[in-house]
Amino acid sequence: MRQVRVNDFFRQVRENKSAMVGVCIIIFFLLVAIFGPMFLHFDVSQTGANIRDTWLAPCRQHLLGTDHLGRDLLAFLVTGARSSLAVAFFATLISMIIGTAIGIISGYSGGWVDNLLMRITDFVLCIPWLPLCMVLASFMGTSIINIILVIGLTGWAGSARLVRAQTLSVKEMTYVERTVSLGARNWHIMFRHILPNVFPIVFANTVLDAAGAISTETTLSFLGLGDPTNPSWGMILYYAEANNAVSRGAWWYFLPAGICVILVVLGFTLMGYAFDEILNPKLKER
Amino acid sequence: MAGAFIPPSFCIVPKEVTNLSQAIRIAKKIFYLLITIFFVLVFNFVLFRLLPGSISTKMAHTAHANATALANLDKYYGLNQPMVQQFLTYFTKLLHLDLGNTFASYGGGTDVWDVMASRIGPTVVLLGLAEIIAFILGTVFGVIAGWKRGKVIDKTLLTSSLTFYAMPTFWLSMMLILIFCTKANLLPSMGMYTTGFRKEIVGAAAYYKDVARHLILPLACMSLGLAGEYTLTMRSTMMDVLTEDYMTTARAKGFKEGYVLRKHALPNAMLPMVTLICMNLGFAIGGAITLEQMFSWPGIGALTYTAIANRDYTLLQGIFLLTTVSTIVANFLADILYGFIDPRIKNS
Repeated sequence: MRQVRVNDFFRQVRENKSAMVGVCIIIFFLLVAIFGPMFLHFDVSQTGANIRDTWLAPCRQHLLGTDHLGRDLLAFLVTGARSSLAVAFFATLISMIIGTAIGIISGYSGGWVDNLLMRITDFVLCIPWLPLCMVLASFMGTSIINIILVIGLTGWAGSARLVRAQTLSVKEMTYVERTVSLGARNWHIMFRHILPNVFPIVFANTVLDAAGAISTETTLSFLGLGDPTNPSWGMILYYAEANNAVSRGAWWYFLPAGICVILVVLGFTLMGYAFDEILNPKLKER
Repeated sequence: MAGAFIPPSFCIVPKEVTNLSQAIRIAKKIFYLLITIFFVLVFNFVLFRLLPGSISTKMAHTAHANATALANLDKYYGLNQPMVQQFLTYFTKLLHLDLGNTFASYGGGTDVWDVMASRIGPTVVLLGLAEIIAFILGTVFGVIAGWKRGKVIDKTLLTSSLTFYAMPTFWLSMMLILIFCTKANLLPSMGMYTTGFRKEIVGAAAYYKDVARHLILPLACMSLGLAGEYTLTMRSTMMDVLTEDYMTTARAKGFKEGYVLRKHALPNAMLPMVTLICMNLGFAIGGAITLEQMFSWPGIGALTYTAIANRDYTLLQGIFLLTTVSTIVANFLADILYGFIDPRIKNS
């Protein structure tokens, strides 16, 4: 039964054009991130031999030009894909787990637990995400683990609200009542019955969260709070800004990195919207 | 918004009942508002005290101050007192609206309130104008895209608004600076006015014209990103509204398309937009940090960035307080406004 639903889902995804565009973009970048560094001519940490190798416009030897230290920007871009995608993936995973757990517990329990958890969620939603991330990142130090933790621990509030709303509607379904009357314990109901029904919406929302995570990570790195030992696309933009690439007219420094970020965020957003359309029962009639 | 239905005007509910239930609703909301603000105050305090690093550690690293100087600094800012004591001092000062002194010095002296007050003007100007432009563009394009769903114009608008929404604002500002400042030398790329151009010297007209010139690029960046988001939301609410039954009824009654759009579709589609705009306004007080940093626009965002770099607790506390309280109040106002605009809630 579940296998049929999964196959049905894949079929609907394949039929939805915007979903396919999104999926293709993400798969392309995943492949670049995983296998790309094997095909590079230059290593990302290989600085130029002399000053004539710095600030080179795209040429045959350096397809995307070089930066202020003579490093090949194509290598930087490809290696950066790993960092950006890894941060987005793990941060989104953390926020999905926290948000789903809080949403299900809150929606299922009701009463003061629900009220308290929702007050906390509202409160987290009110705090501006970027300044909070900036404060945490600058005080906690800039390793890649810290960045993942910061983004994950601050971005769960939207999912929690959504999951709670869905839990409330699933809770009323008859089969849950039946399970309760059969004497099932709370944890069992929450994780064996409610979670699988809540999961489709969570999944669609998570993909949209991933887009937000990449945006935030790029912004944090741009502000200098990224991990210098794990260069990402945001760091490319940071170096571009710090070395006045804009004033020099060195468009090759920041244009490709920005385009990559746009494409990945676009890919996740298209996928997320399409999944939302497919998986959200309320949107199906549109 | 399933089952959206605007009750006919002859629906009779006694005025006293409506007003009383509305008043109770608002009172409940104010109560929750105050509780949330209290949590914000506590969190604000705890966050900056618990994080490692403070002004003394920064001083130790940068100025190589000796131990006595650091101890005196701690005593001056009350950082050597127990946490509870510090919190009580903080809370009592707040009641007097005294936000303390900043650790470093900025343009407006050292009182936190004064420093923030001197920076909030530029942010409000920039973001207020950006919101207005984005709202107009977003509504117009969203309605067009939703009304002509599936056609070429819809796909174009959808793709471009998704792209602008996905674009990091600072990257867009880099591109615009490259095109308009570096290559074409048309517009200034930083600050709010040309250095030395003071109102007393060049006169009000020239000064404001100069500010306007400096405003163009940051405004363009900010409003394009916001317009993308508003277009997407408006389009999706229009799509929701267009599938409702009352739209079919209106058309069956023989009304012209323009009338149906203006009187039936738009009012219902605007409701979520109003909430979204109010929420955005709240967040906007925090200033667009990266944007203001890129253009050296002297607003709250740039102040936040500098304060974080300086590990300036008190200023950061003040800024956070301002942003969170304004977000909460904006949400609250949006809630109340929604209650007044939406007849379903008004007459419930």
